[in-house]
Amino acid sequence: MTFGRLETQLRQRRNDGGKCLVPYITGGLKGWQDAIRACAANGADAIEIGLPFSDPVMDGPIIQAASQQALFDGATPISIMQEIRSLDVGIPLAVMCYYNTVFHAGHERFAYALADAGVCAAIIPDLPLEESGPWCQAADAASIETVMLAAPTAPDDRLPRVVARARGFVYSVGLLGVTGERASLAQTATDLAGRLKAITDVPVLVGVGVSNAEQATQAVQVADGVIQGASVMRRLMESGPDAVGEYVAQVRLAITL
Amino acid sequence: MSLLITPGADGRFGEFGGRFVPETLVPACQELEAAFNDAWSDPEYRHDLDKLLSEYAGRPSGLTECHNLGKQLGLRLFLKREDLNHTGSHKINNVLGQVLLAKRMGKNRIVAETGAGQHGVAAATAAALLGLECKVYMGAVDVERQSLNVFRMKLLGAQVEAVHSGSRTLKDAVNEAMRDWVATVSDTHYCLGSVMGPHPYPFMVRQFHRVIGDEARAQCQERLGVMPDVVVACVGGGSNAMGIFSGFIDTKARLIGVEPAGGAAVGRGQPGVVHGMKSYLMQDEHGQVQEAHSISAGLDYPGVGPEHSYLASIGRAEYPTVTDDEVVAGFQLLSRSEGIIPALECAHAVGWISREAPKMQGQIILMNLSGRGDKDVGQMMDILDGKL
Ligand SMILES: Cc1ncc(COP(=O)(O)O)c(C=O)c1O
Repeated sequence: MTFGRLETQLRQRRNDGGKCLVPYITGGLKGWQDAIRACAANGADAIEIGLPFSDPVMDGPIIQAASQQALFDGATPISIMQEIRSLDVGIPLAVMCYYNTVFHAGHERFAYALADAGVCAAIIPDLPLEESGPWCQAADAASIETVMLAAPTAPDDRLPRVVARARGFVYSVGLLGVTGERASLAQTATDLAGRLKAITDVPVLVGVGVSNAEQATQAVQVADGVIQGASVMRRLMESGPDAVGEYVAQVRLAITL
Repeated sequence: MSLLITPGADGRFGEFGGRFVPETLVPACQELEAAFNDAWSDPEYRHDLDKLLSEYAGRPSGLTECHNLGKQLGLRLFLKREDLNHTGSHKINNVLGQVLLAKRMGKNRIVAETGAGQHGVAAATAAALLGLECKVYMGAVDVERQSLNVFRMKLLGAQVEAVHSGSRTLKDAVNEAMRDWVATVSDTHYCLGSVMGPHPYPFMVRQFHRVIGDEARAQCQERLGVMPDVVVACVGGGSNAMGIFSGFIDTKARLIGVEPAGGAAVGRGQPGVVHGMKSYLMQDEHGQVQEAHSISAGLDYPGVGPEHSYLASIGRAEYPTVTDDEVVAGFQLLSRSEGIIPALECAHAVGWISREAPKMQGQIILMNLSGRGDKDVGQMMDILDGKL
């Protein structure tokens, strides 16, 4: 089996004995491109770029605020995709978007637009396995890797079906809840990552509720890596792209030690 | 074959419906689907529900002929009196069914969204009766314009949280209720208030409201000996409309779902996906959901239940719109001519009937009076003060 660019990159990191770090940045928000460059320069393996949506049901207050601001500033999927094309940061880029953005554009058209912009993967949090068929077909045809989410609520017989459809990595949802910073890493984060690691060779990354370097370190005791969303976006909104770069460097250091 | 669809595991009504939810909620929806199917075919559950509906909610609801207004408009107008149910609207039918089911599933807490506050009040009522904890999410705009219902919910022991994101109306209350459910799914049931959301909600909520249509059909048969020519209801998410439509879907009656001009999902929307379902949805050219604007909080919703999208797509039901001005006129018209103050939601149906009456001379019109207007008098006082 040949892997896509994202999965190849993450497997490479793992084969080298390292842990994967994927920061999330809301596209279209002031400073987002500089923030992506700062992530890439400070040890990120890939970037997850959010396409802002009017009704982000999987997101807590920080990413909701970022999305709302980006939309207010006039960001659209098309404008963001155009700007992604000129990013050239040398690491794989994934897009995170809600399904209506995809459905509205049309599966084929959206998949080819991603490929055309140089994006290699898509994460669609409200498109579960049962509804993913038509999108996955279009994505496969355009060589877009579809990251599948696995949740702590999944019974054992569901997880193998989810990971079988996962490309790029498996997004292991860290807790019962939406994105946002938490005081400690939930027990569910390492529990689910462990269940997934036991059944798949695809990289397993924990996201949602991994809120700082210490929690990232705890998560990668079991998982192959982490996604950092709200903690990154809070820094971008409060202090700007440089603070994002410093934070990513700090997490990279912590999960490397 | 009946046009009343029982969806399969994919939750589809034609191309509409489905289950577009975060992975975390998929097992919960599957569990709910199984629990509902099990309960619905269990005579004991049905007996308990029927008992609550009759002894607590006051069913069956009456059928009232509007002699004065009928004469004025040149037609025969009958109202299905859901306004006389306990808590003042049709919402209680669904809520008693769901809360009974939640208890059966071992849940000890429910969350609900609400627009006009009628579903929130009904949910808080059922939770108080059956001993469950209840939290209601309500858009900050609606908290303002439906303050009476906010107080009622609190009085009933529910916690009410104002939602400040997005348009701060029903759409955003649904988002927030779903976010709550994602975090609390192990002990919490999401008591959704209309025929919308992910499968099995559109189907389940319709089944709970079928009683409206079944009763009305029997009442028409008994009182008139014929079926109505036109069946009319207002449409927000579409639950009261699906309830009454289901009794007449296999008759020759025209089915009319009246939407507000500023929230015309079927009339102005395109197929889209939000709140777990594929259905007609008001959205911009990039697929961002648009904000609805309606004088009535209960219809201030940019989407519509998937079964309505299906009925529209096959041409079985029509979805015209009325303006806020027509609604205000309808609100006063029914009050003055019949001594019945309607909820602003069903004043949409009154507005449509009075506008279209010249084309329906001599016909029998059945309208679902989904709720009473007490909750709206504060808002209407501001609008009509000095004009009465
Ligand atoms: C009296 C009344 N009718 C109708 C509605 C709209 O809901 P639906 O379209 O689900 O019947 C509401 C909602 O709040 C309501 O209170």
